[in-house]
Formats: sequence, structure tokens, C-alpha cells
Amino acid sequence: MYVSVKGGEKAINNAHSWLSEIRRGDVNIAELNIKQISEQLTLSVDRVMSEGSLYDKDLSALAIKQSRGDLIEAIFLMRAYRTTLPRIGSSKPIETSKMLCLRRISATFKDIPGKQKLGPTFDYTHRLLDFKLLADGEYEKAKIEKYDDKEIPHVLSFLNKEGLIQKEIPSGKTSKDITRNPINFPLTRSERLQSLSRGDEGFLLGLAYSTQRGYARNHAFVGELRTGYVEVQFEIPELGIEINIADVMFTECESVNQFKGSKKIPAQFTRGYGLVFGQLERKAISMALVDRSMRWKEFGEEYLGVAAQDEEFVISHCDNIQATGFLEHIKLPHYVDFQAELDLVRKIREEYKKNEQRT
Amino acid sequence: MQNESRKQWLSSLATADENYLISLWDNLNMKIEYNWLREPEIGSVMVQGKVGATGDNFNVGEVTITRCSLNLDKKIQGHGYVQGRNKYKSKIAALCDALMQTEKKEIIKRNIIDKLIKYKNNKRNEILSKTEATKVDFFTLVRGEDK
Repeated sequence: MYVSVKGGEKAINNAHSWLSEIRRGDVNIAELNIKQISEQLTLSVDRVMSEGSLYDKDLSALAIKQSRGDLIEAIFLMRAYRTTLPRIGSSKPIETSKMLCLRRISATFKDIPGKQKLGPTFDYTHRLLDFKLLADGEYEKAKIEKYDDKEIPHVLSFLNKEGLIQKEIPSGKTSKDITRNPINFPLTRSERLQSLSRGDEGFLLGLAYSTQRGYARNHAFVGELRTGYVEVQFEIPELGIEINIADVMFTECESVNQFKGSKKIPAQFTRGYGLVFGQLERKAISMALVDRSMRWKEFGEEYLGVAAQDEEFVISHCDNIQATGFLEHIKLPHYVDFQAELDLVRKIREEYKKNEQRT
Repeated sequence: MQNESRKQWLSSLATADENYLISLWDNLNMKIEYNWLREPEIGSVMVQGKVGATGDNFNVGEVTITRCSLNLDKKIQGHGYVQGRNKYKSKIAALCDALMQTEKKEIIKRNIIDKLIKYKNNKRNEILSKTEATKVDFFTLVRGEDK
């Protein structure tokens, strides 16, 4: 029997008042403003935009402030806001070869046209706490050098010329938006990539790591990793003119994986692809590795029954908002359900006792 | 050609730093009469990527966009499609788009569009010169078998 429960309004309101107070923290300490978050916690802001699937720094910073720095809660807020926005349209596909790069490296080729450029990276830092940051205001200024403003071609395009790597050729199919259409397995690679791009960084990192440890034969090199701004082109419906409507920061990773050949095609390297909003290279690399491991069927590889090869497993569990929604709902009142379970257990135990007395 | 230059000014307005655009516009102190065709509304555009940078399209995520349309008189319309959620920025963009089609074109071009282009170029140059300073010069060490 169902019993509806009412009440708790006062407790809920008071809990939220306390939440508001505790979010503010010690009032003797200056309050954080949105610009401080968007300027100084940029990588948190990037993660919330990427997994929130909405590129807007101010909103992301607001979500981080509101959620007390709980990034999954912040992503939840972004996703909820996103659903209220009317969709004006779709952009033209971006040209990452025209990226204004802050960083561009290759782990497979030392000398590449356009050269290796480290950009603002944590790589090669010593991972020692920097106590200078405890003091106020000191920072080093970036150095500058003269440059050639030339387009930086993709590293893998050089392998492409020799036919040494599998080419990515458009099939002409339009991609279905997985946020507006129900997901039906098996998915196209486009649908998988959309899902991975907004997937949870930690989950994808774990899966990518599992492929490196041997759960799917998938030894990857980073062919290229680049971070920078890309112009988003959009056709104004009233005018039919395509304009640069937004400048968006992306990180792109192209992985190079073990080769594959067939009777028709001589051996060549295969690839995985990662593309995410912001400067999130751990996520971009993870995405490329997981993308590659899910392509086993396409390359006629053996299915080893591991998680990273199973698109239904990966795609159904990589969304942290879906996951946390289902996980966290079990802490909300389930008194009625539990009451029924309790009655059942009592009944079973009683019958057990009766049976025992009989024997 | 008209379309090419309109494409350029619309792009500059769309991606302008909002505070900079607002200050440039407010400094001009222009009083313009207009009617709304569409009042500013906040929405999104789905950004598409390409699989492996060259293959099929896929949806990466959305970016916030504000748009509005207005007319100065029956003939001249301005459209303000801009990045972000600033309705005033969108209105300024629409007004500038409309004025660029009138005899006020030079004032808008000189005081707004050219400055936006310069601002963006400076930002671009700053990034390129900082990136260049982190360029790696590799040198290969002599290996045993090379001796």
C-alpha cells in the first residue's frame, strides 16, 4: 500500500538557509566574485563547460560558486540551464587545423612543421607545493618571442600523405544529437564522440588507463595534442551569411595506435580522436584512447569482453549527471518502499521460525 | 563584396569583448531611433566538430548566443548575433550592423569595427608570441652506434 508523506518544508527551508551561510564561509574573508573564479580557476571552469556541454565561462564560474566548488553539482546546474535555452542552430564543423594554438605537441615526431610548443603546461613542473603562492600577488610574466603566423598543420596529416595511417573520410551521414534523440545501440562513431566529449573525466581516465594496462589491445601514442582557440562559423538564417559567431577554446588529441591491415589495405596505423571544450588534455587523451578501443569491430579486432571495448557499457555510464542522478536519488526518502521490504523480511523470518519449531 | 565586408563586421561584433564593445559604443553617445523586429533573446548554437579532424561531423557541445533584430526604417535592418548572454551587446551589434548600411558607416567603422579588429589582432599576437617562446629546440645526443 502506498502512503504519501508530507511535511519537512520547514526543515528543508532551514537547511537551505544554512547552505547559503556555509557557502559564504567566514564573512571576515573577502567574498569570491565570478570573475575571480573564471580568471583564476580556469581549469575547473573548463571542466564544468565541457561536461556541462555548454561553453560560457561566466555561467560556469557562477555554477562553481553556487555549488561550493563541487564540480559535478556545478555541471548539473549547467546542464539544467542548458535545457532552458532555445537552440538557434548548428555551427559549421570547426577547422581545428586553423586553431590559434597555445600549445601543440607530438609525442611521436620530434621535428614537425610548426614545431613543438609547450604552452602553459604543468608538464615538467616538479609537483612541489609552491609556498610563494601563499604570499600575495607574485607571479612570473610570460616570455615572448617573434613568430611566423602560419597555419599549423595536423601532425597526422604527414603520415596520411604516405598512407601510413588510416584516413578519416566523411561518410556524408548527418550526426544525430544524442541530447535530443534516444540512444539506440549500436551507435555511430559521431554519436559516441558526442557522448565522450561530455562524459566524466574521471570515468574516461580510468577506462583509458585500463586499456593501457592491457584490458583491450590498444597501445596508444599521442600523435598530437593541441590546445587553442577555434573560430566557430555559423550561418545567420536571415542573411545566409556565414560569420565567426564565437571563439571557443578546445583541446584536441589524436592518438596513433597499433597498425592494422587487410588483404586490400597494407598495414597502417589506426587512430583515436578526442575533442573537448577548454584546456582539458587529460580528458582529451582519455577520450582518444576510449574512442579507439571501441572501434574494435571496425578494424576486425578480437572482442576481449573488457569494459573499454563495450560501447553500451562505456556510453551508458560515462555521463556523470545521469550517474549521480541515479546514485544520489537513493538517499531521498524511500520510507514506503523500505517499509514494504521490512514487512517482507519480518514475514520470511516468522515462517522460518515456524518451520524450525516444526522440525 | 558587400557580403564579404558585412561578414567581417558581423564577425567582429559577434566575438568582441563585451565590455570593450559597450565602452566603444557608449563613448559615441549616439541616439538612434529603431524598432524591434526581434527583441534580444538568449539561446545556443550547437558546435560541431569532425571525427579525426577530417571525417564526419559530430556534436561537441553548445555555446551561448544572444540575438536580436531591429530596423531603423522600413528598408534597413540590423541583426545582432553575438557570443554570450549579454542583451545589450546584442543590441549594439544590431545597431552597428544597421548603421554600417547607412551614411554613418564611416563613423561606426572607424570608431568601432576597426578598433575591434585591432583589439582581436593584439590578443592574437600576444598568444602567438607567448606560444613561440615555449617552442622546443631538440638536439639529438650522440649515440653509441654513431661513433
